[in-house]
Amino acid sequence: MENIKNLNSQMIVTGAALAALAIFGLMNGISPVLLFASIIAAAQPLMFAAIGEMVVEKSGVLNLGVEGMMIIGAVAGFATAVSTTSPLLGVVAAALAGAALAMIFGILTQVLLANQVATGLALTLFGLGLAALVGQPFSGIKPPDFPEVDLIFLSDAPIIGPLFFGHDLMVYFGLILVTLTWAFLTFTRTGLTLRAVGEDHDAAHALGYNVIAIRLAAIAFGGAMAGMGGAYLSLIRVPQWSEGMTAGAGWIALAIVVFGTWRPWRVMLGAYLFGGVTILQLNMQAASITPLWLIVLGLFLAAVQVTVNSLRNPGPVDRWMVGLWAVTVAMGSIAQTYPISIPTQYLSMAPYLATILVLVVMSADKLRTNLNAPAALGRVFQRSN
Amino acid sequence: MSELLDIRGLTKAYPGVQANSAISFSLKRGEIHALLGENGAGKSTLVKTIYGLVKPDLGQMFIDGTQFEPANPQAARAAGVAMVFQHFSLFDALTVAENITLGMANPPPRRDLAQRIRDVANAYGLPLDPERRVGTLSVGERQRVEIVRCLLQSPRILIMDEPTSVLTPQEVATLFQTLRQLRAEGVGILYISHKLEEIRTLCDTATILRNGRKVAECTPAEQTAHQLAEMMIGIELERPLPRLFTPGETLLTLRDLSIATEDPFGTDLREVNLQLHAGEVLGIAGVAGNGQDELMLAISGETKATRSQIVFETTQIGHLAPAERRLRGLLTAPEERLGHAAAGEMSLADNAFLTGRKRQRLDWKGFIKPISTANFARAIVKRFDVRTPGVEASARSLSGGNLQKFVIGREILQRPKVLVVNQPTWGVDAHAAATIRTALRDLAASGTGIIVISQDLDELREISDTISVIAAGRLSTPARNGSLTNEEIGLMMGGPKEEAAHAHA
Repeated sequence: MENIKNLNSQMIVTGAALAALAIFGLMNGISPVLLFASIIAAAQPLMFAAIGEMVVEKSGVLNLGVEGMMIIGAVAGFATAVSTTSPLLGVVAAALAGAALAMIFGILTQVLLANQVATGLALTLFGLGLAALVGQPFSGIKPPDFPEVDLIFLSDAPIIGPLFFGHDLMVYFGLILVTLTWAFLTFTRTGLTLRAVGEDHDAAHALGYNVIAIRLAAIAFGGAMAGMGGAYLSLIRVPQWSEGMTAGAGWIALAIVVFGTWRPWRVMLGAYLFGGVTILQLNMQAASITPLWLIVLGLFLAAVQVTVNSLRNPGPVDRWMVGLWAVTVAMGSIAQTYPISIPTQYLSMAPYLATILVLVVMSADKLRTNLNAPAALGRVFQRSN
Repeated sequence: MSELLDIRGLTKAYPGVQANSAISFSLKRGEIHALLGENGAGKSTLVKTIYGLVKPDLGQMFIDGTQFEPANPQAARAAGVAMVFQHFSLFDALTVAENITLGMANPPPRRDLAQRIRDVANAYGLPLDPERRVGTLSVGERQRVEIVRCLLQSPRILIMDEPTSVLTPQEVATLFQTLRQLRAEGVGILYISHKLEEIRTLCDTATILRNGRKVAECTPAEQTAHQLAEMMIGIELERPLPRLFTPGETLLTLRDLSIATEDPFGTDLREVNLQLHAGEVLGIAGVAGNGQDELMLAISGETKATRSQIVFETTQIGHLAPAERRLRGLLTAPEERLGHAAAGEMSLADNAFLTGRKRQRLDWKGFIKPISTANFARAIVKRFDVRTPGVEASARSLSGGNLQKFVIGREILQRPKVLVVNQPTWGVDAHAAATIRTALRDLAASGTGIIVISQDLDELREISDTISVIAAGRLSTPARNGSLTNEEIGLMMGGPKEEAAHAHA
């Protein structure tokens, strides 16, 4: 019961945010269909990396090296795709490179019992440096085109076509992966074991499970996913190689895992929400729209959340609700009448500010986060014999 | 015909410790066999060897005459060995059915499993709901999960590691019934405990271990508890003398203390009322997870209450931080020795400084006074016979019993006006436990008010003047020790919530 309630409120807020974006798009002459397509493209690398990291954290390991694994995936995928002219091979290479880098972390933290936080940070720095070195000869080159899925009739259908069927292969692959991850964690015995290891490694060890092997496998999977996320950036989204091109996406992916409370579907939702924020700020830069609209959007989402909550709970209407809607409308009309513009740099901060905001809001509700958070997250497992 | 389980000359050494040396004994079909010994006597190492978690250096094991060398617990389970751990190997966030699946070699599909759990649970009088999250279960119910998990694999040898230390008397009775039923079915049971009366009523044979060696084998029903204890320890025990108690002035008052917990599996405190007098030892009985930790945190100041809910002497202190309460003379020693009562990586001297800073004046304008601090730590070590190479040793390097003596002694030596201790002798051997109990009584005799929170009813019987029971976050009105029978206390421990749950099931 509780779960359904929580899901509803999160879905409604995300839905409201997307609806607001669509209206915004229409108002500024951007087709909402195109807007959604670009949101999906922006969300895809985040989704890959976040789903991978979620599995790693479910097994009780905190790998802060997502950013490093992503950029290594980006450069490895790019280099392979350019030299073999096969973008699909590039994706495979990216996954392998990400997994290989993750195994360095795995061996250091699981076998040699190094501190996970420090090792993860080191991995990010190492990955960024190594990628810059390897990528030197590849900057300025155009990668081979990624094959598009062409479902003749479906793709050509109006609105539905570009909305659902006009994407690249990786988008569908990502959706399948989320479904598989969800089914794996929920229904399979290995998935159950993985969750158990993340819950209490000592108890799992006492039952005879190989904690270290399970965690290493999870870490490798997380690395492969981050690597693919990186390849999506360099081969499809951008598409070219430039130093430091992940620009913090790995860190956002880490935040999305917390936002999604370690549940696959919510993590996916979170990725789309963050993708939306990224696209929004890009479009605002292009359309030179007053940043006041950002505040309006924030107020609007808060108002939706409060309204959903107060409608669900019996009793008198929350007095915040009326106030919030009033302020939202007032702010909206101010933004409409006084179009002030600010330097675009401030707009570029939006995704990162949103990350911080989400983390603060989530950790304020300790009880709910704690319930699904893996209890052994980040703790070192020392095997006794 | 050969014995069910035959152990010959098992030996295992860890760096610096001979855990088991040349232990031999045999377990028959349909026998409850007690393994008796103090902490560190080698019981746990022995059963872990049988369960495949520890590889012995020397020695052999036979099941039905065939050599048995389990490489891991799966192999041991395949050979028919099942074990219920002292610290349950359960996962709070998973459901009962998921927990049981994890402990089985070949679990049946989900739907069948739920039905089989219900079948086994009913056959042995252990009602369980397969869909509930383990985090929401009481300790007794958690143990049921462990037992049902074992029973589903139709074991031939069942190992129980201190199964009753956390149960109410009624739950103990149910457990014994289950064990006797299993014995009648021909299962051999290895039963570890240091509760001597239990072993005398339940077990057919006892093997007694001391310092890793087998020192005796006997039929427990033919021995007195005192004789068993002496075989186990090898020396006479000191017992605190009974003493007439006259309540002095009121030192600590809790008024309608209600606090909602932040722990998802914690218990809310509900309208807790309490008065503690000078010279009184108030025992708080109850099954773990009924609000003991939350009560402790509220009194120590780690969770804040409203100003008037806690009164110390005549001052309202509900809003004060722990350090301010300590300065006034309200001291606490929490249950977890490592990580809560003491910082593992820090030296004993540093740990002594952490709680003694204000009352013992161990700092001067923000600087640590190293000599005074070391002297204070040495005084604790000396007075409570803490076995350590010196006060510079890290807290983690001490054994559980020694560290417990240190953290309790640290508070006692600060001459508190009120001392609250949670599980003061948990996991501590009989000798150290006796030292701690006597020290608490002596402290009360000098006029300190003491609250002892414990799950060991015998301990509370021994040292308390008044006894109160905590169940589902509510505290009963204290009664004079002796005016309640164990059965009455047991029923109160179950609490109204428990009864409703059973009626529902």
